[in-house]
Amino acid sequence: MAPTTTREIFLSEGGGTGGGSQNLHVNLGPQHPAMHGIIRILAELDGETLVKADVEIGYLHRAFEKDCEVGGYNNAIPYTDRLNYVSPLINNFGYAAAVEKLLGIEITARCAYIRVIMSEISRICDHLTCIGATAMELGAITVFLYMIKAREFLWELVEDVTGARLTISYGRVGGVRADLPEDFAGKVSAAFKETREVLDEVHRLLTGNRIFMDRMVGVGVLSRQETIAYGITGPFLRAAGVAHDLRRAEPYWAYDRVEFEVPTQPAGDNYARYLVRMAEMEQSMRIAEQALRDIPGGPVNVDARGRPLDPATYVDRGKQGQTEGLLLVPLTLSPNLQGQSRSEIEQVNVHDKRVVLPSKEDTYGSIEGLMNHFMLIMDGYGIRPPVGEAYYAVEGANGELGFYVVSDGSDRPYRVRCRPPCLPPMAALHRLLEGGMVADVVPTFGSVNMIGGELDR
Amino acid sequence: MDGSSILQRLRERFGPEILETHCLRGEPAAVVTPPAIRPVLEFCQTEPELGFDLLVDLTAVDYLKFPGREDGPRFEVVYHLFSLPHTHRLRLKVPVEESEAVVPTAVGLWPIANWLEREVWDMFGIRFDGHPDLRRLLMYEEFEGHPLRKDYPVHRRQPLIGPRN
Amino acid sequence: MGVGAFFTSKLDEAIGWARKNSIFQYPFVTACCGMEFMATAASHYDVDRFGAGLARFSPRQADVLFVVGTISHKMAPVLKRVYDQMCEPKWVVAFGVCTCTGGFYDNYATVMGIDTIIPVDVYIPGCPPRPESVLDGLMKLQDKIAASAQRY
Repeated sequence: MAPTTTREIFLSEGGGTGGGSQNLHVNLGPQHPAMHGIIRILAELDGETLVKADVEIGYLHRAFEKDCEVGGYNNAIPYTDRLNYVSPLINNFGYAAAVEKLLGIEITARCAYIRVIMSEISRICDHLTCIGATAMELGAITVFLYMIKAREFLWELVEDVTGARLTISYGRVGGVRADLPEDFAGKVSAAFKETREVLDEVHRLLTGNRIFMDRMVGVGVLSRQETIAYGITGPFLRAAGVAHDLRRAEPYWAYDRVEFEVPTQPAGDNYARYLVRMAEMEQSMRIAEQALRDIPGGPVNVDARGRPLDPATYVDRGKQGQTEGLLLVPLTLSPNLQGQSRSEIEQVNVHDKRVVLPSKEDTYGSIEGLMNHFMLIMDGYGIRPPVGEAYYAVEGANGELGFYVVSDGSDRPYRVRCRPPCLPPMAALHRLLEGGMVADVVPTFGSVNMIGGELDR
Repeated sequence: MDGSSILQRLRERFGPEILETHCLRGEPAAVVTPPAIRPVLEFCQTEPELGFDLLVDLTAVDYLKFPGREDGPRFEVVYHLFSLPHTHRLRLKVPVEESEAVVPTAVGLWPIANWLEREVWDMFGIRFDGHPDLRRLLMYEEFEGHPLRKDYPVHRRQPLIGPRN
Repeated sequence: MGVGAFFTSKLDEAIGWARKNSIFQYPFVTACCGMEFMATAASHYDVDRFGAGLARFSPRQADVLFVVGTISHKMAPVLKRVYDQMCEPKWVVAFGVCTCTGGFYDNYATVMGIDTIIPVDVYIPGCPPRPESVLDGLMKLQDKIAASAQRY
């Protein structure tokens, strides 16, 4: 029916004109100041209230799964670094563990502890970044600077062990690249002391802060049933009251030998997620300290048939002239390769010639070592798991990070699938935002902790 | 419940629609025909002893270049399920022919299947029957083809904007 | 004529000095390099001492576009649009190897270097570049800003 009265014609008010006011379609993103990543939220607004939100992702799709099929199994490790780029060590180890499951090999005890320690340090970095960035968008820029300061101390630790700050490519199939440096425990305790001071200050700045609580309490609520229906795991699920943590439910590596709590909160809103993350950082530090205390030192050498070999016996046999299986030319390595001499490599990598590169002394000092190195590196050779598939899930900083690897028996993975822990919360984001106000998008999106590399892969 | 008991329950209930089951490396897996996947998923979710309340992952594998499977069905849609009360897992696989690449949707059971199925459509070209809004998730609308298929070369680019324009 | 040229060149230098010490950056952050960008902007490797501390979150208010992180083909039109929205004089910094040449993402989804789309002034390679590299690149940008003929 055509508009006839003056009000209808000029002000678009009235029954036949489609309503008094229309909802406004606003585009948040893909490039927006919240420094989390690039997604696009097509919001339909009725005044300040968000009526409908359509989330569009894929702006950082970098073809991780396709690129993993191009090279060998260890070639995929740098791609996994860049999945969840704030906690890259967890991705490395998760992928390596999936391939190890496919191969059926069991890592050494020392390697299990090292993976636990480095995963926990990575998890703390992730939570620091998440809370820091969220707080900065709410105006608490000081909190951001403090958290990044704490993260720098932890990145110095990571740099000591792996050589790089962020994209570390430290995990390998069968172990890790190199052993921990000397006096790592001392450096860790110094860094954790600083981190605990920072967390203390942030607690005093944010946790009871009226403005912070007003913006975060009761905002972005998702009920427990819906959280489970959306397949959400990790701190999001724990903030909805479900005490599910893969480190507790299906312990892997050394998590069954350390004591820690799984913090939960009943409310399911942004504030609950903040509290869970703050508590988890303290638990992570506890785990790392226990693991450093209990880490089995000393070489756990096994010979080619899997029998444990005492290093003193090894040397004695050489002196007695029983040299079969022993190497003739001992090499000394440069100090830059700290952690990569034979004794240390064998502590942290499985003694499996099909998978692990021989130490440099063997590679440069004997024909067998050289051939072993060749067979693992050259095209067409390399790590060849048996035909089959395996799924391995670790507890990433955002939830269950799973890797599903399918092998066809050749040296390249046939299919590598990364189950991203932040995809389910992003699928549920429209449920979190609808009904709230535009200003609530910022803390909600921050507390979801979307990491673009992992979401879009 | 351990892996073999889970598979036993499925076989008892669904009989011939479960094409094969295996439990390698401790991971129970069952291959299900496409029309039966929806009732199987519903059974897994609602049956109290199975209690698979979390759909962990929904993906697909293209077996075009797999040695030994060239004449079988080209795709396989893979569901990973997890149970919070019982902490056990299950993998369900649905073989899909290339000519008839349609699978019933799981959206009514788990809302996360909405996005996961969109991703499988985007990357593999497998349609989901009953999905409310099947469009691309990760690639842009103008993209032609389905990138994770084995016959899509990794280097083929389809730029939206060309050099300096 | 000589005296006029002397004054304009001194004015150019003064404006160049002022512009280089008050960089209003627009961080177009997409991926992992963003973490190193945050580290450079934070207190340890302070970027505020170069006058570049305030990140203007609108292209209309910024003069340097820091493209940080991989640009995919889906994102490329957005980048071009943001670049077009900035006012002259403007500079572009390609931060990280993904923006310089595409990095190791030689696949169907990645733009192999943003200089195929927009002109770039300074390239900072690294995956991700250490904050020291970033500051080095920033200082090169400052030299470039100071040395360029100023338009006003």
